[in-house]
Amino acid sequence: MSDEPRGFTRRTLVRGSLVGAIAAGARVKAATPEGTTIGPAAAPLDLNVNGATHRISVEPRVTLADALRDRIGLTGTKVVCGRGACGACTVLLDDATVCSCLMLAHEAAGRKITTIEGLAEAGKLSALQEAFVAEDALQCGYCTSGMVLSCKALLDATPRPSRDEIRNAIAGNLCRCGTYNHVFAAVERAAGAKTAGARSGEHTVETAAFRLPPSACSLENDPRVAEGTAEALEAEEV
Amino acid sequence: MENDKQRLKLGFNGEFKEKEVVLEDGDPAPWDPSTKFSIVGTRVPRLDGRPKTTGEAKYASDVRLPGMLYGKIVRCPHPAATVKSIDLSEARRRPGVRAALAIAKPGEKMRFAGQEVAAIAAESPEQAIDALSAVKVDYAPMPFVVHHDDARKDGAPLVFEKGPETKTSGGDVETSSKKSLPRKGNVVGPRTFTKGDVEKAFRDPEAVVVEGRYRTQVQNHTALETHGLTASWEGESLTVWASTQSIFSVRDELAEALEIPASRIRVLTDYMGGGFGAKFGPGVEGIAAAKLAKEAGAPVKLFLDRKEEQLATGNRPSSDQWIKLAAKKDGTLTALQLVVHGNGGTNGGTGASGPAKNIYACPNVKVEEYDVFTNAGPSAAFRAPGHPQGAFVLEAAMDEMAKKLGMDPLAFRVKNDPSEIRREEFRIGAEKIGWSGRDAARKASAAKDPGVVRGVGVGAAVWYNTGGTGPRATVTILRDGSAQVEQGVQDLGTGARTMVGIITAEELGIPLDRVTVTIGDTRLPFGPGSGGSTTTPSSAPTIRRAAYQAKKKLAAAVAKSWKVDSATVTVAGGRVSARGDAKHDVTWAEACKLVPEEGVSATSERAENHEDAWQRFISGAQFAEVEVDTETGKVRVLRVVAVHDCGIAVNALTTESQIQGGVIQGVSYALFENRLLDRPTGKPLNPNVEQYKIAGALDVPEIDVHIVPVWDGVNNTHSTGIGEPATVPTAAAIANAVSHAVGARIRQLPITPEVVLAAVEEARKGGAA
Repeated sequence: MSDEPRGFTRRTLVRGSLVGAIAAGARVKAATPEGTTIGPAAAPLDLNVNGATHRISVEPRVTLADALRDRIGLTGTKVVCGRGACGACTVLLDDATVCSCLMLAHEAAGRKITTIEGLAEAGKLSALQEAFVAEDALQCGYCTSGMVLSCKALLDATPRPSRDEIRNAIAGNLCRCGTYNHVFAAVERAAGAKTAGARSGEHTVETAAFRLPPSACSLENDPRVAEGTAEALEAEEV
Repeated sequence: MENDKQRLKLGFNGEFKEKEVVLEDGDPAPWDPSTKFSIVGTRVPRLDGRPKTTGEAKYASDVRLPGMLYGKIVRCPHPAATVKSIDLSEARRRPGVRAALAIAKPGEKMRFAGQEVAAIAAESPEQAIDALSAVKVDYAPMPFVVHHDDARKDGAPLVFEKGPETKTSGGDVETSSKKSLPRKGNVVGPRTFTKGDVEKAFRDPEAVVVEGRYRTQVQNHTALETHGLTASWEGESLTVWASTQSIFSVRDELAEALEIPASRIRVLTDYMGGGFGAKFGPGVEGIAAAKLAKEAGAPVKLFLDRKEEQLATGNRPSSDQWIKLAAKKDGTLTALQLVVHGNGGTNGGTGASGPAKNIYACPNVKVEEYDVFTNAGPSAAFRAPGHPQGAFVLEAAMDEMAKKLGMDPLAFRVKNDPSEIRREEFRIGAEKIGWSGRDAARKASAAKDPGVVRGVGVGAAVWYNTGGTGPRATVTILRDGSAQVEQGVQDLGTGARTMVGIITAEELGIPLDRVTVTIGDTRLPFGPGSGGSTTTPSSAPTIRRAAYQAKKKLAAAVAKSWKVDSATVTVAGGRVSARGDAKHDVTWAEACKLVPEEGVSATSERAENHEDAWQRFISGAQFAEVEVDTETGKVRVLRVVAVHDCGIAVNALTTESQIQGGVIQGVSYALFENRLLDRPTGKPLNPNVEQYKIAGALDVPEIDVHIVPVWDGVNNTHSTGIGEPATVPTAAAIANAVSHAVGARIRQLPITPEVVLAAVEEARKGGAA
């Protein structure tokens, strides 16, 4: 592949060259001036997700979203439109929101990635997650991961956002069930909780009490999944 | 045992009438309005809120099994073509490909761009994509027609050479008639409904008459999780994880397609990412996934991508409606005639007459509904099939008639509305939106800035109390005082899982956190499919009956231990006691210790609806306030007041969320959504979510939800659904608000800037709103 033109075709990529063009809106780190050409075959890379390093091997064309979901098994990140129009695949890359369906996995190698699975600490929901539950800011839940991460990025930058700032922050996150007004309320509740401590009231959720026991059809109960997970992941944690 | 007669207090708004109903043996009496609920009707955060905010919730599209393959579908690129041959041999040789399947047969006609032709399964998603191009299909393209108007012309290419092969699905309320209807070219119908004599009423010289023609667009469901399933065989048994609104219909349709016993198929839906009416059977893709998995001897996951989802999995049909009303000068409606031509692509069932037939009292009604077929993806049930488009037209005509009569549009509605509940909903909504000041507010806004005008409009909803028998549920009380409830219902995001838990906790008198809810599995007792807003009214009474029976068994076990007559043992308020026996009075937890090791358990079936109770239509009223930029044509919906009834809301929080969602989908339908096909090429122009616009955070109005509790006694929980009625009147209210603002009638959805500017121009020329 050494005579491939610079840049990337559908199946090859000069690693590090085109990050800015693809991850629109992301803060771009300096690109390697002389990139290494990889592909079209799978090539190894390390993804640093939620503080753990995952070594995987994927073709250059594999998106970060697909790598997270299909290779590492972090399926909290959803793919809805596959072209950056809906925000469902939103993750944080070096603490800024990106559409993981628009970024190639190899471009995210070595950078700090935060997915929805990385928000709760030691099983305790963040104030924002608790507020989503309390305000019923989710229905089917398929947009929720991206919605929560967009709101987290907002609150990290703007701890007491106005209603318009919240609207704008999630303007790129589509929800088909119609939870937007509840999301606004959740962000406002979380913003209040951050400064004033946990608010008590009729909506407050004791999350431990409401933790759902695994149901008969949850995958954790399926022995095939439990036993086969390691093989299925194609990934090793370093 | 004899059926139990029971006198019930039924009514709403503090006014009740006594009515005697016959209770089915073993079914508890409906709750009395004086009941002090411990949890029903409160704002309960949904049980699965946590896993949905942490990414722990596993949707069918998240399933990963050892050795799992990825399926993809080859689709016909032509709007109409005959498949001459399908060659899978090259695709089978591609790296990683483990199975390939022809879906279409040689000689078969493909009827829309995007129809399924073949499927393959490969070891990685990328290999599956690569192999698609290796499937060689030879097509003979044929003449086609994709536009509603073109399809109705004489000599238009025929979508179906013989009769249409239409299908119905579980969410449909008014499906295509099974009887054969007249057919002319691509137009089939009419299905008719007649009451009285409209012609005679229109001929009355005293009658005030209005008529008009209206158009609505095709709307895509656009659920965020696409259609699909993951299929895994073990020998001759199949397990599938499906994104579905009805696990049991997926099971049964798979059994039929695969010719295996339904008892060997297990369908699981723990979480699913939205359905809105289009996710009932396994679909072509689901059957293909199961067949590919069988051939490969490995599990197959096959979920559609967004383009496929928008093309081929269903839509709300477009409509071309002509309506004519007659009224007496005093505002009494005397005649209503409606002719609907609906385009559901290759599917029928496009009627829109539900609101016209069921909202206002009218002695003379005539409805004709025609299905128009085009070379486009098939329609499917979509959140209140036929109703948003029907309400839009009926309510526009009602406004026009009120204007011609010189009456207030709301007063005209109230005069003709036979539903005392909806009349109350109109009253509440009018007060909240400031209806009486709407003309003054419009004038004030125009005076302030003639380029930005405000308007207020109203729309009425109707739906049907359609819950019924079929479901079963099991409730088990354990020795530690906790309880399990099991039912094969699924939660689409509506809060059904939480509803099941709430009913159990209420009936047993224990906290919700002592109840474990298990749903979404065909190995559980049969649960209702989620269509027609029937989930809660079908499920909740079943759950309550099972909990009531389990409680009776607890009382019997305790009575045995105490050596008293079980009829004297009461279970209430967290205590178990023997009547008139002070020494036998213990807490729930202490009582549960007296049951056998296996606990006590009851499985119950849902009782028949009480036909002798207050059978009625579900109603609702919505008011919208809009701001219209008369220079750019942009509409902003500022506020919607949504007043609805759904019997007794089991969970006030999630009920409110459902209504919010219905309104927001209605805003989206009214202003933005429009599936477009290219007339010359027949190809889709916007099978995505950037050119097919759905409402985002910047588009949503402030929404004021008001729920009117109704004690109807139809089932033991007085519950009805709310998902569909909540979206019925929104577009109608918005269109009427825009008409009010600009001073000319809006006759078309979506209300794009172009539509608005044409109305503004009409108003300038002196058109009447």
